[in-house]
Parts: sequence; structure tokens; C-alpha cells
Amino acid sequence: MTTTPSLTAEELSLGYGDRTVVSDLDLAVAPGAITVIVGANACGKSTLLRAMSRLLAPRTGRVVLDGRLVHKMPAKELARTLGLLPQSPIAPEGITVADLVGRGRHPHQGVFSRWNERDDEAVAEALEATQTAELADRAVDELSGGQRQRVWIAMALAQQTDVLLLDEPTTFLDPSHQIEVLDLLTDLNQARGTTIVMVLHDLNLAARYADRLVAMAGGRIHAQGEPADVLTEENVRAVFGLESRVITDPTSGRPLMLPIGRHRVFEPVAG
Amino acid sequence: MSADLLTRPAGTDRVTTAADVARGRSRRARRRRTVVLVLLVLVVAGFAVSLMFGRTNYSASEVMRVVLGEQVPGASFTVGRLRLPRAVLAVFAGFAFGLAGVTFQTMLRNPLASPDVIGISSGASAAAAVGIIVFGLNGTAVSVLAIVAALGVALLVYLLAFRDGVVGTRLILMGIGVAAMLDSVTAYALSRAAEWDLQEAMRWLTGSLNGTGWNQVTPTVLAVLVLAPVLLWQSRNLSALQLGDDTAAALGVRVERTRIVLIVAAVGLIAFATAAAGPIAFVAFLSGPIAARIVGPGSSLLVPSALVGALLVLVADFVGQYALGTRFPVGVVTGVLGAPYLVYLIIRTHRAGSSL
Repeated sequence: MTTTPSLTAEELSLGYGDRTVVSDLDLAVAPGAITVIVGANACGKSTLLRAMSRLLAPRTGRVVLDGRLVHKMPAKELARTLGLLPQSPIAPEGITVADLVGRGRHPHQGVFSRWNERDDEAVAEALEATQTAELADRAVDELSGGQRQRVWIAMALAQQTDVLLLDEPTTFLDPSHQIEVLDLLTDLNQARGTTIVMVLHDLNLAARYADRLVAMAGGRIHAQGEPADVLTEENVRAVFGLESRVITDPTSGRPLMLPIGRHRVFEPVAG
Repeated sequence: MSADLLTRPAGTDRVTTAADVARGRSRRARRRRTVVLVLLVLVVAGFAVSLMFGRTNYSASEVMRVVLGEQVPGASFTVGRLRLPRAVLAVFAGFAFGLAGVTFQTMLRNPLASPDVIGISSGASAAAAVGIIVFGLNGTAVSVLAIVAALGVALLVYLLAFRDGVVGTRLILMGIGVAAMLDSVTAYALSRAAEWDLQEAMRWLTGSLNGTGWNQVTPTVLAVLVLAPVLLWQSRNLSALQLGDDTAAALGVRVERTRIVLIVAAVGLIAFATAAAGPIAFVAFLSGPIAARIVGPGSSLLVPSALVGALLVLVADFVGQYALGTRFPVGVVTGVLGAPYLVYLIIRTHRAGSSL
């Protein structure tokens, strides 16, 4: 990986039909870092991710990758620099792990160009990095949820992009697999300098793994920066409408949010 | 070997795995090549058999001489005028149905989403029947009418099924409904036919190769020669589309443009083949799943399915003509094969708990 490209969203407004989801949003993604976007349901975080990867055309504003407009770039060229793992990709029935990971080579291949050693190397590297090499000949539908998610990440890795966007990569995984996936992404970030932007539901995991945390509310960025500055009791109240205590996580030194409801706490929320 | 891959830090030694990947890939590629070759041989053999055998049998050399344009008493008429156009249409119509069917099934990620299940064949068939019987058209005009109608039906089903994006199940149910309406249009047109002709009726209801002449064959052959390369050219994009629209787009596929190219090409194949041979029942629907069984998962099914389609039509037509006592049109034979599979598919998906 040569230089890490910059990715920015400028004055971005997004929506579906006559519903506006994101309005006038600016975001500069930190190159070579892990950025995690958090926010309540329907706050526009997945929509933002879709727009940054060109799945959604902006109403106004633009997404700029290394000085070029993402929505004007040739599709395959963009896909060689910027990858996206959507929330629910579909594995064709019976497809093997190696074949699925190989599909990640699509942007590197022309209509007539044959598969070459570089493709094999990329697939092997992706399998190895995600520790799925021993699954290579297994059918994807036979795998456990955690294994399957690693295989999808392997496919995105085989794409060999400098920027990787992931929409809730840990959903539906049990805690050990969530940690496994986030560790894997951190490995990737540290070993290759891949810029990672992901949407996560779990605030504490977000604060643990993010270099930069972005909190969205109502289609705007409410706060962004170091996790310790963003994950505060005031911000949790503003973004999620939730009372909480934020303490320092004794295992990581990062902020840890403890929600406070009306029951089962020493000083419940009034009302 | 694979166990120590786990403990080895990522990226230290990938020589073995790259070779492993290459080996696995070439194994699958070899299997696919073998299957294509065997199917090709079978199609050629089936073609030869349908030229040589029938009420009267001719030797291979007699058939060869007729095909090369020599005059052979008896054989020139039976083989040259009757069997040859019929067998050529069987191959090309079957090829077209197989290719178009698997394109739709792959694109919509559902084996039920075949053009003969979701009304596109019925549209072409109804238009052709109305064109011939009511308006007295023939030749190219019928093909054009069929392709316009088939595209129209594709658009109609798409629009009917559209609500915040197209969901496979809704599209299939809409398509089945539209198909039923169009089949009744065909039946109505047939009931208005001046001279009631059972052969003609069977052609537009189930598909038939009876009385095939060269003027029917040529448009289908040309359509295959033009449209099949278009679909093969899109085959990698089609494989990417299988992973879902978002994933495909992230891999650099222009999803909407690809889908339009695929739909127009596949519908064109269906329309031309249907205008010539009628909607030969279930060939589009069956070829893909059969090819998938033989080739195995993961590789492109376009060519294998097209060859399976050609083989199905050749064999079914031969069986329908000579093996059953009475002569049955090819569509009756393929229908007998296809209907149980349709039932099986519905039962299986029902059991798996998914919708359709």
C-alpha cells in the first residue's frame, strides 16, 4: 500500500424519495486510522456509509477521494481503492470459501483478462489474514456466523483497497466473534495502514476499537474526535436520549458507558 | 499443513496457500471444461441422431452429403427439408431458452424466477399467436411483435413488483399472475382462428417444432449469434450481482446498467426462440438447475445451461416424435419433465421456511 488516500464528505445531503436522512454534513475521514460511526437507529449512519461508497447519489454536496469526486469515478477504478462490506451480503448457494473470496478480485479483472497469479496471491493473502485458509474448500452456507463474517471480510481484503467501509460487521455475532472480527480489522489497519470506516451498534466496542469516534444524531454529526472526548454522559443523552454513567474501562483505559434505566440501578432515572 | 497456517503470523509465507488457491481453482475450472465438452459432444450426437433416425433411417454418409448440399434421392427431402431445419431450431431455441433462463435465475437469485414462470415467454407467445392468427403476420414481423411484447411484459412485471426496490418473491407472484392472463389471451386468439389447427394451437400453448421451415430458423439463429455473446460478456458482472446489489456495486459493477443489458438480451433470446418454436415448456426453467447440478457451485453456468437447454429440446423432440406411439410436440415432453421439478422446488423452499 503506497500513500493512504484521503476521503472526505463535503456539504453532503442524502435521502430516499422525499425523505431527507442526512443534511449538510461534513466529515474528513482520518487516513490510516479506524473511524467508527455510532448513533441511534435511523440517524443516517448507514446512509452516510452508502453515499461514501457511491451506492447512493448525494442530493447535494460531494464525496471526495484523493481530490476526485467519488460519484464521477469509473466504477472499477473506485472499487480498486475503496471497498465496502454491506450489512447483508448474499452468498450464492453452495459456493466455496475460495470462490467467494475470489469474487473480490472483480475490479482487478477486465472482460477478457484471465485470472492470474496476482489474483491467486491476493486470495491466499486474504484467506491467511482472516485465518480462513483451512476453510477454503468448504461451502460458505455450512459455516458458523463468525466464520462467515471472516470470509466476507476476506473477500473485501482480496479487493486490496486502501480504504475499507463496513456496515455493522459484528451484527448477529456472539461476543467472542465480535471481538475476533474487530481484532482482525485492527490487525489489518496496523499491518497495512488500511483506512477503516465502520458503523457499529455497540458503543463500548466502538470506543474500544476506534481511533476516531463519530456520533451522529438526526442526520448530522453531533460530536467527533477521540473516543474519550466523544463518549461522554452528555453526548449519550443528546444522541441516544439515554441516561448513563461513563467510566474508564479498566482493561483498556477507554471510556465505558453504563446505561441507566428505571429499574435495577441504585439511582433510577426519574419518570 | 493447514493447521500451522493458523499459528503462523499473517503474511510470512504465502507460497503454499497461493499454490493451494491456484490448485483448487484449476480443479473447478477443469470440471467445468469437462462438463462443457461432454455436453457439446452430446448435443452434436443428438443432432446427428435426429437427422439420421426417424420413420426412415439414413446412413451418416447420406446425411453428410445432404448437409453439404448434394442431391440424394429421398434423403434430400426428408433430411434436408424436414429434419435439418427442425434439428437446427431445436439446438438454437434450446440454447436460447437455457441461456436466458439461467440469466434470469442468477440475476434474481431464485430458481423460480425463470422467464417461462414469470410470464415473459407467455407474453412472446401471446403476441405471436395474436399476430399470426388475428393479423395474419409472418416471419420477421412475428419476431418483432414477440420481442416487443416480451420486453413489455418484463417491464410490466417489474413495475407491478416495484415498491422500494424489487423483491424476488413479489416479482415471481406478479409474473405468475401475468403469465396466466397472457395464456388466456393465447387461448382466446386460438379460439378465433379461422381454420382450427391443433398443431398451431400446441405450438403457442406448449411449444412445438412440427413443420419447422428455414424461414422460422434464421431469426432465432441470428438472435443467438448476436445476443449470446452479449450475455457471455456480462458473465462476470452477473456473478458479482449474485452477491447482492450493494456488494456488486462495491465490487465496481454498475448494477442498473448491467441489469438492463442482461434483461434486454435474455428477453430477446426468449422472444426470438418463442416466435419460432413457441414457449417450449420449462426448458428455460430446468436448464440452469440441471447445469448447476453437473458443474457444481461457484462457476458460471451460462454456457453449460445453454448446452443443457439445446440437449433437452433435441432429446425431448426426438422422444415426442418417435418414442411414445403417438407424436407429441416437444413442449408436452419437456412439460412432463418440468412440472414435477416445479412442485419439488416449491415444496423444498416451503420446508426450508423461506418465502418461495
